[in-house]
Amino acid sequence: MRCGDFKTSYASDMTIFESGFARVMLGLFLCLLFSLPLYVPGYLLDIVNRIGIAIIGAIGLNILTGFTGQISLGNAAFMAIGAFSCGYLGTKFGLPFYLCIPLAGLITAFFGMFVGIPSLRIKGLYLAMATLAAHFIVEFLIVKWESVTGGVAGLSIPAPKLGSFVIDTDKSIFFLIFIVAIIAVLFAKNLFRTKVGKAFVAIRDQAVSAEVMGVNLLKYKLLSFGISSFYVGVAGALMAYQAKIISPETFPITIAIDYLGMIIIGGLGSILGSIYGAIFITLLPELLRMGTSALSGSFPDLINKLAAMKELVFGLLVIIFLIFEPNGMASRWHSIKNYWKLYPFSH
Amino acid sequence: MDITFLLQLIINGLVVGSIYALVATGFVIIYKATSALNLAQGEFLMVGAYICLNLLSKYNLPFWQAILITFLFSAVLGMAIERLILRPLIGSHLISVIMVTLGLSSILKALIQLAYGTDTIPFPEVFPSAPVQIGPIPVSQGYLYAIGCVSILVVILTSFFKYSKIGVAMRATASNQQVALSMGISVKKMFAISWAIAAIVSSVGGVLLGTIRGGIDMSLSFMGLKVLPVVILGGLDSILGAIVGGIIIGVLENLSGGFIDPLVGGGAKEVAPYIALILILMFKPYGLFGKKKIERV
Repeated sequence: MRCGDFKTSYASDMTIFESGFARVMLGLFLCLLFSLPLYVPGYLLDIVNRIGIAIIGAIGLNILTGFTGQISLGNAAFMAIGAFSCGYLGTKFGLPFYLCIPLAGLITAFFGMFVGIPSLRIKGLYLAMATLAAHFIVEFLIVKWESVTGGVAGLSIPAPKLGSFVIDTDKSIFFLIFIVAIIAVLFAKNLFRTKVGKAFVAIRDQAVSAEVMGVNLLKYKLLSFGISSFYVGVAGALMAYQAKIISPETFPITIAIDYLGMIIIGGLGSILGSIYGAIFITLLPELLRMGTSALSGSFPDLINKLAAMKELVFGLLVIIFLIFEPNGMASRWHSIKNYWKLYPFSH
Repeated sequence: MDITFLLQLIINGLVVGSIYALVATGFVIIYKATSALNLAQGEFLMVGAYICLNLLSKYNLPFWQAILITFLFSAVLGMAIERLILRPLIGSHLISVIMVTLGLSSILKALIQLAYGTDTIPFPEVFPSAPVQIGPIPVSQGYLYAIGCVSILVVILTSFFKYSKIGVAMRATASNQQVALSMGISVKKMFAISWAIAAIVSSVGGVLLGTIRGGIDMSLSFMGLKVLPVVILGGLDSILGAIVGGIIIGVLENLSGGFIDPLVGGGAKEVAPYIALILILMFKPYGLFGKKKIERV
């Protein structure tokens, strides 16, 4: 029986899989995940797809906010940039999706770094306000730049094609989204084993000390903005493919708040936490819908108030998590796991 | 250029700006005292407006009674929020404070939506609306009353902070909490009072907006986000800055609405304050009157 952490080398401390068992479990989980389209009906699969996109976006935001400590309220705008550049590249130049998605990510990364430039001078709440302002400015530009974005009418996205195979059903887009999501998770997980990732964490914990230790603040902050925006842009591009039609209203400021909620509830500075948070926040309205339709016999007007109910529960959850479990679901899961690992000798 | 059109825009700007100034004052009071950034300020305004509307049209109370009860309600709301939500988070990371107020804002918005729906509800006429002629331009009387109310409130607030015992204690808390504590000031009480004042001041803004627009809806909560450029321009910790900034941003917004909107086809009015915000952050990050915090390594 294990009764503690006995790590004897740096490599074992840095390892992703603590045991062969974890590796097997992850393999089983992936098999289960990729067999989902076989037996899950269309509507539920659509929710699963949205979860996949949310995971990519939440990891992106967590890299910036959770790991580097730079608060961003502009991720809905970044997502919009990703979606619209993906749509523009697809419609105007007819590029295939496997070029569109990374290019959309790169364009978003470029914008993200541009927004990140003031982050060296301004920090904390000033940065939050600057990114919020960036959101409104980007929204304005998207509405006005009609030749590229289609303006208020929006942009319809051509379905991605692989050879002659058209990826336009929930089932086929599921594979596209989750292959990208797994790459995203793996990259993020490994990022924080490298020098770059550790520099991010150092900046979050104590920017001044990090600089004294030789971390170039501007370079790494911009890099963090870039990587984070790349993720968010890719999530936006996938969202465009999934939604098929995008307009400026697809990306309101509430999306940015939802994503912040995801990483708060899931766990700031934790990849696993981003995944939990993304699943939880995406499922929340669906669970509420199920609950209200079950109750709609006795309260018929409940279904009309669904949007408000979702807001209410979301706000309550964020506040409750911040007060009682500021490290999020990931840390709660960790402590439950540890408790059972040492059971019955937990103290 | 048409001079009356310009004057009209400036007067509209002054009115909207004075309401921005009020809400921004609430924001600054909270920031100064507790260094918390209250992104739910716009929701305070909205809640105040809805409560007052409810009292006026449902219970047919006279205006002065309705407004007093609204103040009382706002004060209790502000104190309760401080006690239940903000106090457990004292000393935690900035993102927690920002997020908790965002969570609060979605709760307040959801509650109002559940209670009143999303439709615009007509606001009873409190001030006579017949316009008066000032020089060449007609100005709605409601506007003049609004500016008057804001000015009176500003005078009251200024003298409160300058002369009253609680006001001085609040300033002491803002400048140094430890010293204030050792002087026998209850910092907790000051925190609660600042939230109460902020909520009251915002509710005045809400009621004024309701009377000027003639109706209220959920979009009132956007005032909370509009106020951010104001406080950045004025300086986050300066009440004078909030007032001056509010008026400047209000006028700027209306001028760009009048002159740039026809060129680009709308939308410039909404985005102009945020462009100003970015420019201010780049060139004068501590605003016009804010205290400069210099950090050198």
